Amino acid sequence: MSSLHLEYEVEGNNFVSAGQATEKVKFCLKGMGINPADIRRIAIAMYEAEINMVIHANGGKALVDIFVDKIVVKLVDTGPGIADIDKAMTPGFSTATDSIRDLGFGAGMGLHNMKKYTDEMYVESTVGVGTTITLVVNFS
Amino acid sequence: MTIKQIAEILEAEFICCEEHKDKEVHTACGSDMMSDVLAYVKDQAVLITGLCNPQVVRTAEMMDMICIVFVRGKRPTEDAIALAKGKGMVMLTTQERMFSACGKLYEAGLHPGS
Repeated sequence: MSSLHLEYEVEGNNFVSAGQATEKVKFCLKGMGINPADIRRIAIAMYEAEINMVIHANGGKALVDIFVDKIVVKLVDTGPGIADIDKAMTPGFSTATDSIRDLGFGAGMGLHNMKKYTDEMYVESTVGVGTTITLVVNFS
Repeated sequence: MTIKQIAEILEAEFICCEEHKDKEVHTACGSDMMSDVLAYVKDQAVLITGLCNPQVVRTAEMMDMICIVFVRGKRPTEDAIALAKGKGMVMLTTQERMFSACGKLYEAGLHPGS
């Protein structure tokens, strides 16, 4: 049973607002008294995913379900999709342009970081249709 | 050390949130790549960077950092400053370059953390 459901629109190519959805989720979890280490793990993973949606997929939606024992974040976009997910998971692999790197991102650590900081992570992607990333962090 | 001591060591100017200058910090991280900050940082309280956009503030916030030091005399964008003010995050700017800023702070007792 879901105790709290939140939804956010993530605007594509807007580098100023990128990260706002994650900020709101972080604020909400803090208010609920969740363990700070768990908050940081989901915040980093969700922020990486949100930045990816802004950079690569022209935005999308963040669907958040907070349960008593865990948080599940689904990031859904209708962007170009990921052709080779295994390759995209490799640390250092990136398709980001130099202009993205100038902004401090595109080191090819995004998907790798999401996996590193979460308890479960799923990537579903179809080229030309879009990508859905699911992130799960269990509360300690 | 305190944030105020960091400002003194680096001869840095406060850009915002000077009221938090007496907060204690023990660890720091220096990087211009926010992706790397998100990948490798654990418990650092201070971010030393030459990058000036609002994502620096968001990255620092995700990592629970409380102070950002801009090197090479850089000043963050207005929207980045506004964001930092809203979060009570201290911003400092120093003329020091990245390597010497990190070196001076390390020598003074600030460490990379676990």
